[in-house]
Amino acid sequence: MSASETKSNPLRRYVRPGLLPTIFCAGCGGGTVLNCFCRAVDELELDPRSMVMVTGIGCSSWIPSPYFLADTLHTTHGRAIAFATGVRVMTSGMKVVVIAGDGDISGIGGNHLIHAARRNVDLTVFMVNNSIYGMTGGQVAPTTPLDVTTTTTPHGNVEPPFDVASLVAAAGGTYVARWTTYHVFDLVKSMKAALTHEGFSFIEIVSPCTTSYAKAVGKRSAADFLADYKERSVRISSAQKMSPEELEGRIVVGALKRVEGAPEFCQRLRGLTRRVSAEALSTREGAR
Amino acid sequence: MSQRADYLARNDGKTHFVMGDEAAALGALYAGCDFFGGYPITPASEVAEVMARELPKTGGYYVQFEDELASISAVVGAAWAGGRAMTATSGPGFSLMQETVGYAAMTETPCVIVDVQRSGPSTGQATKPAQGDVMQARWGTHGDHEIIALSPWSVQESFDLMIESFRLAEAYRTPVIFLTDGAVGHFREPLVFPRVSDVPIAPRPRAAKGEPAFGGRPVPPMAQIGDRLDVHITGSTHKASGIRDVNSKPVHEELVLRLVDKIASAREQLTRLDVRHMDQARVAVVSFGVTARPALGAVEAARRAGRPAGFIRLVGIWPFPGPRLQQLLADVDCVLVPEMSLGQVNRELERFVRCPVLSLPKIGGVAHTVDEILGPLMARLEAR
Repeated sequence: MSASETKSNPLRRYVRPGLLPTIFCAGCGGGTVLNCFCRAVDELELDPRSMVMVTGIGCSSWIPSPYFLADTLHTTHGRAIAFATGVRVMTSGMKVVVIAGDGDISGIGGNHLIHAARRNVDLTVFMVNNSIYGMTGGQVAPTTPLDVTTTTTPHGNVEPPFDVASLVAAAGGTYVARWTTYHVFDLVKSMKAALTHEGFSFIEIVSPCTTSYAKAVGKRSAADFLADYKERSVRISSAQKMSPEELEGRIVVGALKRVEGAPEFCQRLRGLTRRVSAEALSTREGAR
Repeated sequence: MSQRADYLARNDGKTHFVMGDEAAALGALYAGCDFFGGYPITPASEVAEVMARELPKTGGYYVQFEDELASISAVVGAAWAGGRAMTATSGPGFSLMQETVGYAAMTETPCVIVDVQRSGPSTGQATKPAQGDVMQARWGTHGDHEIIALSPWSVQESFDLMIESFRLAEAYRTPVIFLTDGAVGHFREPLVFPRVSDVPIAPRPRAAKGEPAFGGRPVPPMAQIGDRLDVHITGSTHKASGIRDVNSKPVHEELVLRLVDKIASAREQLTRLDVRHMDQARVAVVSFGVTARPALGAVEAARRAGRPAGFIRLVGIWPFPGPRLQQLLADVDCVLVPEMSLGQVNRELERFVRCPVLSLPKIGGVAHTVDEILGPLMARLEAR
């Protein structure tokens, strides 16, 4: 893309000035996710000034930070959802969005993920799953498939990967979807659904790491990954009619769970504070 | 009047008989705390329990998290979203929080972390008091940084110093460690409440549009989430704008030296000592927290016996009031440092005084008796 094309891109106004081009490797899915996210925000006509981006540590945390032009809290490794919960409790009317990687969200931060889902706290979490620890040079992740050879599984991975979307659905998340960076139009639509959902919304975005994971699985380019995603993905509606054997190695895409109207954490918390503070003022007893 | 002031005003001038942990929590309410994130741990749980009960009455939010990692993380997030935020824990939980204490220092996040010290290492004697976290408070997180830590010795001071902790957190835009112990946290004494109108909530200066929120002056004004300034907050090395720049030596030096200097250069203003009987003193006892109580008993017993013993209590532990201690202890022959650990403050003190520093360690979960300090004190006084 030439400089003039970049300037004329209507989504350019969502990007923090002076920072392009991104640091992402050629073919990395990070740029696609950023693009889809800007598009979703644009189509929803959300004001980025009413949004907070919260990220962790790793390549995928760089998607919003520093590129998306909004208040940004780039946190410690694994804790983005916990920081975001504090932000969400103390803000009202702001959309709190977490974008981070699979290692950050489901590895080191897995406990915060399931508890935030259990609380149904109003956060929008996009977990970019590239199946590997990319920034540190290609070590095995909780999402790396069995037998894959990485720098820390030189003889093959002996652990099964997490199905993170199903985990979040089971833990209590109220909007849960999975897409890949091949499904850009579906992904934008899903991001819009997640951003407008009240409660804990989660999208697992399967995305290529064209440097480390490409090496691990012998793929050569982003196009190889996208062709593979196209080949292996199966819509949830079809997947429901398939046997576990038939689903072996497939990527189930679509909205896995959608529950509207479930009690949301911050609303409950605010309700509690309203009730208790009103009661406190109506009694004579002070703090003891 | 605000919900908070309206509710708290009922205590104006009253005296309640409460635990140190409760007093600390109540002090936080007076300081304007409106967010508490915590995880239960002995002997700090009472702080959380009082906050869970009282914080909603003042319009604030209490959240119990899945662990200490989440608690401190949410506290930092809440602070950036405009909250006066705190957590409370003990040694093991404080260890878990250390990474984010460093993040709070690096991002200049005002917040208060209560550490009700208990006997370690590890799970140690979970229900017993100790004073072994002095160096953890100072150096628990990695990398160059300064920290502010205050240590109360009574219920009243637990209340007063909590208000001061919140004030300092805002004044220096930094995490403040409220370093109490399981004894001070758990014993009960009278707490005299001030008039709530006499306790102002510490102001938080805010950045104007275009004003750097991470540099430009020793303590830059904050650009909070929601201020429409597109603030970029990161624990990575960053420029005054907040944007990462991790490969530049000058940028890192400028940032870290400023973060260190803003506290180190305020050492004088941050020095808080309780000095008694130092007139003509030849042997001084330097102590803090619960240990200062038998220490004062020993010094006063020695004085009653006509011996020139002196007493200094560290109310502010970090930044270490070394220069002031150096002056106060210039003419003494010896300093005794009783601590409920194998000795941490004594090491720091040795760097500042010329006379011998004698550590009086006690571990096992029981505070020193007066006699356990008076014995060595009299021996040193006789030995002159």
